[in-house]
Amino acid sequence: MFAGFFLELRQAKVPVSLREYLTLLEAMRRNLAAYDIEHFYYLSRAALVKDERNLDKFDRVFAHYFKGIESIGDSGVEIPEEWLRKLAEKVLTDEEKHLIESLGGWEKLMETLQKRLAQQKGRHQGGSKWIGTAGTSPFGAYGYNPEGVRVGQDGNRNKRAVKVWDKREFKNLDDQVELGTRNIKVALRRLRQFAREGAPTELDLDDTIRSTARNAGWLDLKLRPERHNAAKVLLFLDIGGSMDEHVKTCAELFSAARTEFKHLEYFYFHNCPYEAVWTDAWRRHVERTPTPQVLHTYDQSYKLIFVGDASMSPYEIVQPGGSVEHWNAEAGETWLRRLLATYPRAVWLNPVPERYWTGTQSIGMIRELMEGRMFPLTLDGLDRAMRRLTR
Amino acid sequence: MQRFQGTKTYVATEDLRVAVNAAIALERPLLVKGEPGTGKTILAHEIATALGKHLITWHIKSTTKAQQGLYEYDAVARLRDSQLGEAKVADIRNYIQRGKLWDAFVADESPVLLIDEIDKADIEFPNDLLLELDRMEFYVYETRETVVAKQRPIVVITSNNEKELPDAFLRRCFFHYIRFPERDTMTEIVEVHYPGLQKKLLAEALTVFYQLREVPGLKKKPSTSELLDWIKLLVVEDISPEVLRTRDPAKLIPPLHGALLKNEQDVHLFERLAFLHRRERGG
Repeated sequence: MFAGFFLELRQAKVPVSLREYLTLLEAMRRNLAAYDIEHFYYLSRAALVKDERNLDKFDRVFAHYFKGIESIGDSGVEIPEEWLRKLAEKVLTDEEKHLIESLGGWEKLMETLQKRLAQQKGRHQGGSKWIGTAGTSPFGAYGYNPEGVRVGQDGNRNKRAVKVWDKREFKNLDDQVELGTRNIKVALRRLRQFAREGAPTELDLDDTIRSTARNAGWLDLKLRPERHNAAKVLLFLDIGGSMDEHVKTCAELFSAARTEFKHLEYFYFHNCPYEAVWTDAWRRHVERTPTPQVLHTYDQSYKLIFVGDASMSPYEIVQPGGSVEHWNAEAGETWLRRLLATYPRAVWLNPVPERYWTGTQSIGMIRELMEGRMFPLTLDGLDRAMRRLTR
Repeated sequence: MQRFQGTKTYVATEDLRVAVNAAIALERPLLVKGEPGTGKTILAHEIATALGKHLITWHIKSTTKAQQGLYEYDAVARLRDSQLGEAKVADIRNYIQRGKLWDAFVADESPVLLIDEIDKADIEFPNDLLLELDRMEFYVYETRETVVAKQRPIVVITSNNEKELPDAFLRRCFFHYIRFPERDTMTEIVEVHYPGLQKKLLAEALTVFYQLREVPGLKKKPSTSELLDWIKLLVVEDISPEVLRTRDPAKLIPPLHGALLKNEQDVHLFERLAFLHRRERGG
């Protein structure tokens, strides 16, 4: 009945399966959404969408399939450049245009334009005029901006304002998270090492039978500690400066690691580890942990994972006093070698995409120090890194 | 068929009602997600009350195993009893302890089963329950019997998004995301909890509340339950609407903010913002 709708959802990358489609059909057969398009929308949404991130895509497909509205484009939609130019003339000042031209052309312009439109929307709600209402803006007419499509409709007071699915209330939940924490955890699982340590709480059946038999049939209970993940991990995270743009990925990795490993110790450093690291980024200048103390506290059964972009001035690695933040008596290289000597099982995870690595000298240097054990901070890279650590 | 329409103490939006009724009619589990404090857990209680059904709650912890929801065989107790020569040792059924799922399956009248915060458990936990929730039956190895649900219970599952759930599990559920209530819905909700509240106070409180939620960079946005607490405090402390209306940026932090901001960093953030405002005005 709604096969076209189903296929369109799949095309829009909403992960729907046949099973969910059949569920919807069954619900329809039972008259759960009796001749009411709004109910049907709610019902199909509950049956087909299983993740709030996909709700927005669903809304768009629903609007398109059941209303035949011109499809609402996302940022990838193709708009004739001519229109853009026209609109840019309206929205941007000369100064900004010059600035953008010097920044590098239309891609940047698109971004600014988007921001502009968002601002316009804000003011529109505030009561002043929306840019599209004049009817001259090609954007408004062709639906570049989802709200823009309906500018004309809004003006018509006889009609009901906006359909529920047209409101697209879930817009900001639609984000393309490449590394969901579930995926990270699955990758981190490779590090699992099961061992029995701690207080004996679990019944050891084999041992109990053996000792009961020895005890001439008189019960002799034997307990043993529960089996759990005994992998020990030291996490060194680069923080600040160039790492700012990778904060989200790192936070995800960190939260996944924190729940996966019972023995996880983490420290922050800036660019390259020196004689001190810290555990609280806010109090980095007050509470520092001397690196030798780390070396002495955690034995070599710990696995060492660095997370950092390794992008810095080469002096920060090879030169005493090369640190950007403070005077370091010994070069970063020396400290890195010390850490690696204590923790033979170590990897470096780099959030910078692998294809750019050759472009930065310091990445190459760190990579050499790590003896090639540098992996990109992607699922695949994480997987390779974990394999390397267990080898 | 019984239909869920919300209750006197719970404002259910239309999309929520459709999702709940679909889940009841098709006997599928309903997965409810949403910001903390939007009434996910309460929903199951309210469904039970509205339909006059018994509620069975299974709170999930990080150590919960799927098997515990079915049954547990207390081998140690049996072993001990055998040593003492108790008569009930002969029957293994005396040592099988029923879990929540079993209770729900054999109840005379189909109950509401709430599996609360499923994301707290190990990531394999939902997978281990697939078959049981799908067919509503499971096999007890010790007694070689199959427990089949007399009536399929209404299953409500809540998740806080701490872990992502496996696809195979999601395919079997209806899903509803409780959106953060809009102002109108929120007014209704507050009305349900504190009937006869001063209109002006409520309006001012909601304005402050929604402004607070708009502040970028908050670690934990205040939610419905926090708003309700806060309003209660405002009433108890007898704060007048005028105090809330002072839009003086220097006093950016709302009175009794402890009920709304639960995080030290958030309070700091606020203080910093207030400080910046003051400096801007001063210079």
